[in-house]
Amino acid sequence: MKNAVQTFPIFDVLTLRRDFPILHQQVHGNLLAFLDTAASSQRPMQVIECLRDYYSRCHANVHRGVYKLSEEATLAYERSRGKVAHLIGAASPREVIFTRNATEAINLVAYAWGSANVREGDRILLTMMEHHSNIVPWQMLAQRVGAHLDYVRFDGEGRLVLEDLDHLLTERTKMVAVVHQSNALGTVNPVPEIARRAHEVGALMLVDGAQSVPHMPVNVQELGCDFLAASGHKMCGPTGIGFLWGQRHILDAMPPFLGGGSMIKVVETDTSTYADVPVRFEAGTPAIAEAIALGTAIDYLNGVGLEKIHHYEHELTAYALDRLGQVGGVTIHGPHTVEARGGTLIFTMEGIHPHDIASILDGEGIAVRAGHHCTQLLHRVLGVPATTRASFYLYNIPEEVDRLVAGLEKVKKLLE
Amino acid sequence: MDDFYREYILEHYKYPRNRGTLEHPTISHEETNFLCGDTVRLDILVENEVIQDIRFSGQGCAISMASASMLTEEIKGRSVEEAKAFSKEELLDLIGIPLDKNPMRLKCALLSLKTLKAGLYGVGAMQDEEL
Ligand SMILES: Cc1ncc(COP(=O)(O)O)c(C=O)c1O
Repeated sequence: MKNAVQTFPIFDVLTLRRDFPILHQQVHGNLLAFLDTAASSQRPMQVIECLRDYYSRCHANVHRGVYKLSEEATLAYERSRGKVAHLIGAASPREVIFTRNATEAINLVAYAWGSANVREGDRILLTMMEHHSNIVPWQMLAQRVGAHLDYVRFDGEGRLVLEDLDHLLTERTKMVAVVHQSNALGTVNPVPEIARRAHEVGALMLVDGAQSVPHMPVNVQELGCDFLAASGHKMCGPTGIGFLWGQRHILDAMPPFLGGGSMIKVVETDTSTYADVPVRFEAGTPAIAEAIALGTAIDYLNGVGLEKIHHYEHELTAYALDRLGQVGGVTIHGPHTVEARGGTLIFTMEGIHPHDIASILDGEGIAVRAGHHCTQLLHRVLGVPATTRASFYLYNIPEEVDRLVAGLEKVKKLLE
Repeated sequence: MDDFYREYILEHYKYPRNRGTLEHPTISHEETNFLCGDTVRLDILVENEVIQDIRFSGQGCAISMASASMLTEEIKGRSVEEAKAFSKEELLDLIGIPLDKNPMRLKCALLSLKTLKAGLYGVGAMQDEEL
């Protein structure tokens, strides 16, 4: 029997937890243990206050008024774009487009870039561990233009089989779209290497950063990619806001995605000319408050330090892999070591359905997710219809892992 | 949650009634809950407009499996007309757990009834509201 781990001396997690009001509630008579950040994170008071403050003091539409409120709102909105750019190492804030979420960001590329650049017979390369968000938009594009999809496999440890690139990357490959950190297996994929290989055949590289940007330092220059998509609600920000980053010269050459206000220069009866990047891709009134609060979320994450957050989750995940690995009948799908791995783990229990696991854990106040986690292809490879997923963030503590393990023992006692 | 996993539910889950398949069913129908991948197949033997025998197979959570077990037990020996009229409320009464606040688990509980109705009426997937 191990001594219980209190916490890790990387930052003061118990003090930090006070910033997250939602964590201090009882669920079915137990303190909430929120282990479903991979679906959506919780947010600190600072972000909630920012939304309140914005609507109480300075809401007006952006890029439209010459009066003070509108100017302030526009400034704050653009300042937030700058914070995103700085966070991911973009060359300029102009390369950052606000979207509703990562899904919309990928759809934007598949539609605007795809329609202009992908032709009949071309190929798009994905992986078998993609989220539906990084599959379906490409399928829709492929069906529209008559292109084909290829998939890189993953092995028994949840690692991409990079040898597949040898035959799947051809001069017909126009786009390689890969998840940075899997929202199911937790695997962190070797993006720089894949990007280099993609560029060798003249393809572009899109990185689905929905699960990496919130949890580790991500720098688009180091990744060597062409597009990066992420969602605010998974990184302590509000729902309804996400972003797409793209190389300036690629974005400049892309036709619009949605048409409407803001994204135009001159409107005639039959045609219009379009605004410059990034506004060209932000038709209509954007999620102003949410964009500004995303900036506050980024300030918060930077305040703790993404390197530290990554390190902390690393320790917590190592602890969880160890503890869960000792529960009889539990199979963890995905990397069993913390090397190139994030704090998301899926598992099955011999003869017990994930819904029952999640329901019984819910009774203990523990929030985990059961299902296919928007990765049906991945689950088909694993050969199971569903798994249970626990995922961690900067506010989770080892005690919650202990409660998860105790909860699983209870599940076994009830259902075995 | 302890509300869900009551003794008699666990009893039906661990020792299901009418689990298996029939050699020559009059009706055989399968339904899947796409949200979670649960499947229930019912094999039904009808003679003289009466359900002489019924078996269920498939995989799913304790709630969907216990529900299938209870439903088949209840419906066996009834007339087809009676079975067609068997309502969602009656099934929920049998299961006896409060699912009204839990739409996800409600779907699990109703999967077997959905399979029964679709099988008896000879139609494709039915909506929960039609049960
Ligand atoms: C890896 C990955 N990609 C994309 C998405 C889509 O994010 P959203 O639903 O915020 O668009 C998610 C989240 O569910 C994800 O985990």
